[in-house]
Amino acid sequence: MPDTLAIKRISATPSAMIPLSSLRSSGPVYSKLVDISKCIGCKGCEVACKEWNDLKVEQTANFGSYQSHKDLSSNTWLLMRFNEVAVGDDDVDWLIKKDACLHCEDPGCLFACPAPGAIVQYQNGIVDFNQDQCIGCQYCVSGCPFDIPRFDKETKTVAKCNMCIDRVEAGLEPACVKTCPTNAIQWGLKEDMLALAEKKVETMQRRGFEHAALYNPGGVGGTHMMYVVPHGDRLEDYSLPAHPVASPMPLSGLNVLQRVGSYLLGFGVLGALGHLLAFGQESAEDSEGPGA
Amino acid sequence: MTNHWKDIKNADVILVMGANPAENHPCGFKWALEARDENGAQLVTIDPRYTRTSAVADKHLQIRPGSDIAILGGLLRHILANDLHHADYVREHTNASFIVSSDFGFADGLFSGFDEAASRYDKTSWRYEMGPDGFVRRDMTLEHPRCAFQLLKKHYERYTPAMVAQIAGCSEAKFLEMADIICSTGRADRVGTIMYAVGWTMHTTGSQIIRTGAILQLLLGNIGRPGGGINALRGHANVQGATDHAIVAGILPGYLGAPTPEQTTLRAHLDASTPKPLVEGTVNYWSNYPKFLVSLLKAWFGDHATAANEFGYQYLGKQDGDATWLSIWDEAHQGRLEGFITLGFNPLLAGPDVPRLLQSMSKLKWMAVIDPFLLDSAEFWRAPGMDPAEVDTEVMYMPTTHWIERDGSFTNSGRWTQWKEKAIDPPDGVRSDTWILSELFWRVKELYQAEGGAYNEPIQNLTWNYLNPREPTLPELAKEINGYDRATGRLLDSFAQLTADGATSSGNWIYTGSYTEAGNMMARRGTDDPTGLGMHHDWTWAWPLNRRVLYNRASADAEGRPWDPTRAGIAWNGREWIGDVPDYGRTTPPGGAGAFIMTEEGVARLFSSELADGPFSEHYEPVESPTTNPLHESVAINPVINWYDGVRETLATEGDDFPYACTVYRVVEHEHFVTANVPLLVEAMPDFFVEIPEGLAAEKGIENGGRARVWSKRGEVEGVAIVTKRIKPLLVNGRTVWTVGIPVHWGFVGATRASMANLLTPYVGDANTRCPEFKAFLVNVERAEPRST
Repeated sequence: MPDTLAIKRISATPSAMIPLSSLRSSGPVYSKLVDISKCIGCKGCEVACKEWNDLKVEQTANFGSYQSHKDLSSNTWLLMRFNEVAVGDDDVDWLIKKDACLHCEDPGCLFACPAPGAIVQYQNGIVDFNQDQCIGCQYCVSGCPFDIPRFDKETKTVAKCNMCIDRVEAGLEPACVKTCPTNAIQWGLKEDMLALAEKKVETMQRRGFEHAALYNPGGVGGTHMMYVVPHGDRLEDYSLPAHPVASPMPLSGLNVLQRVGSYLLGFGVLGALGHLLAFGQESAEDSEGPGA
Repeated sequence: MTNHWKDIKNADVILVMGANPAENHPCGFKWALEARDENGAQLVTIDPRYTRTSAVADKHLQIRPGSDIAILGGLLRHILANDLHHADYVREHTNASFIVSSDFGFADGLFSGFDEAASRYDKTSWRYEMGPDGFVRRDMTLEHPRCAFQLLKKHYERYTPAMVAQIAGCSEAKFLEMADIICSTGRADRVGTIMYAVGWTMHTTGSQIIRTGAILQLLLGNIGRPGGGINALRGHANVQGATDHAIVAGILPGYLGAPTPEQTTLRAHLDASTPKPLVEGTVNYWSNYPKFLVSLLKAWFGDHATAANEFGYQYLGKQDGDATWLSIWDEAHQGRLEGFITLGFNPLLAGPDVPRLLQSMSKLKWMAVIDPFLLDSAEFWRAPGMDPAEVDTEVMYMPTTHWIERDGSFTNSGRWTQWKEKAIDPPDGVRSDTWILSELFWRVKELYQAEGGAYNEPIQNLTWNYLNPREPTLPELAKEINGYDRATGRLLDSFAQLTADGATSSGNWIYTGSYTEAGNMMARRGTDDPTGLGMHHDWTWAWPLNRRVLYNRASADAEGRPWDPTRAGIAWNGREWIGDVPDYGRTTPPGGAGAFIMTEEGVARLFSSELADGPFSEHYEPVESPTTNPLHESVAINPVINWYDGVRETLATEGDDFPYACTVYRVVEHEHFVTANVPLLVEAMPDFFVEIPEGLAAEKGIENGGRARVWSKRGEVEGVAIVTKRIKPLLVNGRTVWTVGIPVHWGFVGATRASMANLLTPYVGDANTRCPEFKAFLVNVERAEPRST
């Protein structure tokens, strides 16, 4: 069985800049694929996410929408966003989007994080937060081009979707995928999901959505939750940034001393983990441009 | 459903109307999306609102609540005026060629035979013309002016696109765009399905709306075919099973008739219930009625049911009045109902006109509520506005197991009866429904034994043979329902084995074959699908006889060749029918009998005298309507509705200020009223709301996320305003009509509490079923101030 949890990058360590080459580097690379044209906004995924990850029930109040919460939170990692958009004088689109961490190939959160080991990227594509190492600085929040991580005032740590890493490690799909009644969320090897996405885009174009597109933005090296979007020319209606960017310029917000300190800490953490450090080349990853 | 959930993937066109499956049937709805993506099917919605189903559909048409027959009638006209019907199918498989009596007519909104004093029809003139051979006269050219086809054409001639637009409030152009899609399947190589639910049923014309849908599907040749049919999406997981087992007034299990007072003998009941064939050689399957009824009596009374005592027929109550929901609670309202047992539902929130219902409940001496949750109904005496000191009703609450805490079967919308297993244990001290009902039976029986009483015999003679007679197991009940040979005890495989002489027993003939000597067929989990059409004959069991598509003989032509070989229902191979379990004799050659073996005509009915309000449908306005009926102003509403005392006074009249159409519905996050107790689902959809179109909200100064008050002549509700682009103003009869929408899930008990939608709805029902008109009524709306909390 391949090691599904081989580490690729660790925040505030040299690996953030130059990823670790795993000793067994050819493990599976996964992705979710969200087909927005098949999503009915039932929130099954939203509820399953909270159940599986044991996230606290929050007191919500209807604010004039079918949307449950105004925003993501440290206890709501997945939020169905509802957006009514007028089409001409007479028609309307009701755009419903699953909002959660996209698990970037080049994770801006990890690059920005000064706490060694607080954010870990695995070879399989998952970017996970380790609250035990989190110092609560929230640099990850500003580092994320998708505005996903949320700070918890009680625990003073930041949290977001971890792609149900415990399930994935056990060979299962994430809870949102498992629960989706219309198969709008699919899960598999990234290459398979890319092929499926191509087929889905063709289907949508046949149905008259001439701007249908895959959302797997190159500015973040591609993502491990990709969308197939019926209106690829109207990404803003789905609150999807057209050109998200993240680059491995870690700790750009810190002064030199902090940076040095972080790196020293980082080496220590790595040593403690007992991993072999190797400065190998980044494995070939998909990097389609937006809407490719 | 005539078809089944997975079959929807086989369709070329999917019309969703009177339903919102993305919202209410999300799991089954995946097959509609599969058809859309894998089959190139067009998925369209017609609804008063743009719904979550519309969000993923190819096209949506907004209509005014209660204008369904205008739309469907317009589609019928579109087909007939443009020759879009499936001509061979219509000639072969419907009564299009049947000549109707010259006494039949329709004028000014009324069919012939209207009795104004009684508000009912004398149906004598709604009959076929009989030939000298004792069978119906037919004209296979379909040109006779009185053949059903020509009468149909004439009747719906009035439903022009202009008339449809005037009534429904949509534009002619948009209606015609929709009509072109829906009416594109009247060909052998195309097939379309209809998904409908209570958005059709809950009107004073509900049965006729559904009938119009059926006529549409017959004209297009879509009934009996994979990917076709008229498919009722049932509510709770087992609503279909509940209906099959007669949790509906007026029937016995398996859709047998409940005896009436004039049926004073078994012979009289059987004679009245067993139809005679109208066409030579037709199967007329209901001629077997006596076998099904006698076997049912044997299941209930066993050795006490003999030929000498009419198999216990006299032990059955005779229905001396209407026992539908509205009538039961009307009895209570008049102080004539002493007690009420609530088992498995929440009547206070489920019925219309809650203020009236509260008065009715307060007049009961006692009410027993048997449910996993302490329901609003169990605490009706403390509903908002009630003074507990004024209520003398004794309420008893008995906690019972939830379905997740016991095994048993669910019959889904597609008639698949699926055995399920208990998932968790019930809490300590909580009893099963079977324990509670058995205990009730035994205690009544013992009281009768000790004290005697009226009508003792049926109670003492009722069969109750279970290993533990105080708590039968569900497999025991399932076997009893299936039926067995009384001499050998052998479980039966088919209702064809039932007899009328008392040699067999069956608690519900349509379920015979579900639990046989081979085991519990409902528990099967085989996934093979040799048809490739998703029939899965080894997966659980479907009534009748594991048949997956009803009327499937109509999926083939006169010679038994499938209309579309790539989607064959059944096919004649020269010796027998292959494919699905045939709805026809397996070895009866094509042409041996009509395709629709359950009708005495042997074909499906375009013209039918079955319903109370006409052999064809007609558009009548809801009892509360924002407009007149442009087809016939003097007969604006259904003329044969039953009116309960005092109800007319609770309806908005012209002088009242209730200008807006209103409809009620459910949301996907909640299951009726049960999930008000589930924190994660309350979090997902926390509050009662009112959906208000943008323009109306602007007029009223109502802000999105602010609060709105909505009131009808019966009651008022208040909630968060969702100001939406998804409901547009409609131009109805030259006037702008706004529609407002309200969800039903809230009550005053549970983790989320708010207004009950049914405070607003009218106490009036369908002319046939008396199903309440929840879906179309009038309200007014205003801005409400924020809550002080």
